[in-house]
Amino acid sequence: MIMDAKVTLPSDTEIVITRTFDAPREVVFAVWTTPEYVRRWWTSPDAPLIVCEIDLRVGGRWRYVSRNAAGVELGWYGSYLEIDPPRRLVSTEGFEGGSGAEAITELVLTENDARTTMIITVRCPTREHRDDLISSGTEVGLNRSLRRIDALLQPTPTKEYS
Amino acid sequence: MARAATTSDVFNAVAEPCRREIVQALAVRERSVGDLAQELELSQPVVSKHLAVLRAVDLVDSRTDGRHRIYRLVPSALLPMEEWLDGFRHLWRKRLERFDAVLVELRSESAEEGG
Repeated sequence: MIMDAKVTLPSDTEIVITRTFDAPREVVFAVWTTPEYVRRWWTSPDAPLIVCEIDLRVGGRWRYVSRNAAGVELGWYGSYLEIDPPRRLVSTEGFEGGSGAEAITELVLTENDARTTMIITVRCPTREHRDDLISSGTEVGLNRSLRRIDALLQPTPTKEYS
Repeated sequence: MARAATTSDVFNAVAEPCRREIVQALAVRERSVGDLAQELELSQPVVSKHLAVLRAVDLVDSRTDGRHRIYRLVPSALLPMEEWLDGFRHLWRKRLERFDAVLVELRSESAEEGG
């Protein structure tokens, strides 16, 4: 069982995220698709969602916009292609300010012994799109790297790497 | 847009599916060209060509064992890729930890209602 999210790149255009939850899949599906809950997990509390719209119908649109303390807004949007609660949800996903190209995200939930395994497969139109998507996640990684660099620049008595 | 040369860095070197298979095979144990060719069902010249690319980015090195040249993986060369993926992985780990926290709360709420 995977209780920590696992991220793999099975091909040049795909990203797969897997995690298991100690909950039935009806509840997992509801937490994925209900704005009240999505607001609590999509972004961290330092960049809360100021927009969280979900029109859960085939062809319906979804849109999330976060804003951090500095006023920086990030927006995600798309539409629903297939809805089969609580097993499967297929939607498109774009990034506001991005190229306009959209990835197709498939959420698959399987339940075993009251535990639900979530498999999110993101299929991108091109390798470049996939790489951009991963690099956008490095906003977080970048901040951590900058902190590491800051730490390295602090004059400390510890031994330096040569 | 022109694509970067395959030997420019480790990202481009492993963008090719055959080379990824070679990397995976070498991750298990070191092997000769013939060994790899047989395992991956490729011709020896094709394997040699891919190995040359992987060597150029220092992802693979080799030693000689009698008449054979044995190739092995240099895992540390994959570090830049790991770091690249790290931010995205961290984002989703945190996101799904928060998701889990919502589930835990819902479970305790329903337990209270039920009990």
